[in-house]
Amino acid sequence: MNAPNSAFAPTRRALLAIAAGFAGELALGFRLSDKTAMAQSADASSFRPNSVVRIDRDGTVTLVVPYAEMGQGALMSVAMLVAEELEIEPSAVKIEHAIGDNVLYASPLLGEQITGGSLSLRGAWKPMRQAGAAARMMLVEAAARSWSVPAVACHAEAGRVVHPASGRRVSYGALVEVARTLAVPQDPPLKAGTLRVIGKTLPRIDSPAKVNGSAIFGIDVRLPGMRYASVMACPVFGGTLRRVDHAPALAVRGVRKVVELANAIAVVADHTGAARKGLAALKPEWSDSANASLDTAGLVATCDAALGTQGLIAETKGEPARAMSAAKMTYEADFRLPMLAHAALEPLCCTAHVRPGSCEIWVGSQAPGRARNDVAKALNLPAEAVRVNNHLIGGGFGRRLQSEWITQAALIARQVDAPVKVTWSREEDMRQGSYRFHNHSRVKVGLDERGMPVSWDHRIVGPAVMAWFLPGYFRNGIDLDVTGGAYGPYVLPNLSVDFVRNDPPSGLLVGNWRGVGDTRNGFIVESVVDELAHRADRDPVDYRRALLEPGSRMLAVLDRAAKESGWDGALPRNSARGVAILSAFGSHIALVAQVDMNEQGRIRVPRMTCVVDCGRAVNPGIVRQQIEGGIIFGLSAALYGKITVRNGQVEQSNFHDYPVVRMNEAPTIEVVVMDSREEPGGVGEPGTAVVAPAVLNAIRSITGKRLLALPLDPAMVQTA
Amino acid sequence: MLIQVNGSRREADVDPDTPLLWVLRDVFGLTGTKFGCGIAMCGACTVHVGGQPRRACVTPVGDIGEQPILTIEALEGSTTGQALQKAWLAVDVVQCGYCQSGQLMQAAALLEAKSTPDDADIDAAMSGNICRCGTYGRIRAAIKQAAADLPLPAKAP
Repeated sequence: MNAPNSAFAPTRRALLAIAAGFAGELALGFRLSDKTAMAQSADASSFRPNSVVRIDRDGTVTLVVPYAEMGQGALMSVAMLVAEELEIEPSAVKIEHAIGDNVLYASPLLGEQITGGSLSLRGAWKPMRQAGAAARMMLVEAAARSWSVPAVACHAEAGRVVHPASGRRVSYGALVEVARTLAVPQDPPLKAGTLRVIGKTLPRIDSPAKVNGSAIFGIDVRLPGMRYASVMACPVFGGTLRRVDHAPALAVRGVRKVVELANAIAVVADHTGAARKGLAALKPEWSDSANASLDTAGLVATCDAALGTQGLIAETKGEPARAMSAAKMTYEADFRLPMLAHAALEPLCCTAHVRPGSCEIWVGSQAPGRARNDVAKALNLPAEAVRVNNHLIGGGFGRRLQSEWITQAALIARQVDAPVKVTWSREEDMRQGSYRFHNHSRVKVGLDERGMPVSWDHRIVGPAVMAWFLPGYFRNGIDLDVTGGAYGPYVLPNLSVDFVRNDPPSGLLVGNWRGVGDTRNGFIVESVVDELAHRADRDPVDYRRALLEPGSRMLAVLDRAAKESGWDGALPRNSARGVAILSAFGSHIALVAQVDMNEQGRIRVPRMTCVVDCGRAVNPGIVRQQIEGGIIFGLSAALYGKITVRNGQVEQSNFHDYPVVRMNEAPTIEVVVMDSREEPGGVGEPGTAVVAPAVLNAIRSITGKRLLALPLDPAMVQTA
Repeated sequence: MLIQVNGSRREADVDPDTPLLWVLRDVFGLTGTKFGCGIAMCGACTVHVGGQPRRACVTPVGDIGEQPILTIEALEGSTTGQALQKAWLAVDVVQCGYCQSGQLMQAAALLEAKSTPDDADIDAAMSGNICRCGTYGRIRAAIKQAAADLPLPAKAP
């Protein structure tokens, strides 16, 4: 928790707010020795010292992982943390996804069972190691008792307890019966000294099943007697279903039923093909909402108007107004970011089975505990009557933090006498998103005679997602995510950050998108600082150096990136390097992007060099994967990402009109992970946040023109 | 209707215009083949039909006839498939993994057509397959590694 100004990795100011908001949950956090958990597994065949570790008599170690696996390597990372302390190999553990339960499986950093904010590893770092350590201590104690020797004379290694003095050894499985009767150690100490597993690039335990088709994602769940549904909600945000003739769908072979919801229709069939065909045959009549005339131009105009109003002060330092008026010169610019969809490759899909008085859900969710509560509320059931089984996720990026689509599946299943798998079409996924909403900023910088900033004024116009998503991050009218990182990692003498809240119209769902507030503000801050460097006629790396704290980790990362990228090296005409840096999510990152422009003014990005200091890297291989992936994700958004609205409906529908980066456009990416013994930082999101500014800064170097909006003009992108 | 999948004859009681994807996934339970877009824009559903890579989401099951179908579940039955799966693991390609069935089937078709593909071949063959986790660089490396591991010329049974 050492990141300055970042979403979910709070500032000192935010930390205080969170402490106030989540005091109870923070103290509770992850319950190592939950009595309920033990009672739930009260069968005598296994040893379950906490809600994470279970050891069977045959020696099988099963980890119940509270975090969702959506590609970021949470399963492997948790396995490594527990295995380190439990003295087993990560490859030897069996993995189960934890059910949705906000009490048993709350993230210690968020107070809820949420996988997001690049927080999994930071949340897991101590509790998961302690889960392994507690189990190991109890197994050692059990063995010592059976041998009538002191526990300190024994130790654990390779799945056994050993008494070196006598040469005796016993496997964990044989100790289950005794160990389960012992008291669970509170706050067990972690291993000191050399670590055996943590810090190694070990192969991911989830990979083998993902290369032979056997991995089960949420969309792959199969149950006896299951039906398959395809669904369509009113295309106009907030609209409702007026009526629909069921007959055309029922005439399709394999279709069983048409289900009506308040704002959607679903066709239930023997297989998804029939359900989709049946749905396509329907001609629903919708009652459009007040949003029927909504369009992107109007949404943008609203943001622009908000730029002219004074917002709530989120942060000040020094005397910004006085310093601004005393400045020798000023730079001012307005920045505009579009709406974005997540467009994960696995379309939203949820299987639900509603029986009288209960509901069971099979899904891939980033917030399964919340999904459980939401389903319970929608079905008017107690939370205890709802079970949410979590699965592998085919890309989350923030979309699966919401659960309105899970609730929708439950409401459909309530009208069907069988389990129903509801699979959204790509078009539905694109048009009924929880979008990253429009974000505008106005930045005004007062400069001294050398072009260095003396005052920094950043007005942020954006939605207050945290007001409802995580109220602990919304204080006094300020969304701490969208206002985080508003001046980057820089040391500035005077600054002011104000926030003009601009929520979407009712019915248009917005939410979190990979990199959250830091992707938004990273683009703006790194564009401004880069422009200031050009205007001061200084090298963009040198200019940034002058604004960073001497001796800081961020500065070391920037220096390393300049070196690794050959920052000063010659490039052909119409090629340039651009740089962007970020301190967020507990990590420090610098990206250098090379951009080539052809005679038609179209660009391609052949090469990226990225350096990250994420503290101690539990698995450096996974860190590199996450940075590479974050970069490609950010590049897709910078080059193409744009959701537009017309007549209250999203205009895009699939990958032909919401393009993403493909193999032929993917740059060569070099990632350097700095060696560090600091606390682990998050790596899922920082890579995404630095891409757009690095690319646009390179374009500035080629053309002399500062681009202030995303994505790039299609006429500037070389697509083949 | 009878179709040949992974070496067995299987029957599906569906309309002939049903996309092969849903027959594989929902009727036969072969869920390794993924749904991504439904319009042949992402490649997640790539299978081999008569030895050629095809997007199962837009392939009517009635058009298949006697052509054998190979899915990710049976990829390890060929030396090419084995080499690719081994390389995928060695290079640590996989993140979320959702697109990887389609990527592997597409890559297998590439190697069976061209045993030592260069970067342009890989771009041409693989750019129809989207990976939102951004594993493209590793996929490229893994294809080259698999190609290097295969005896020349690569021939799958």
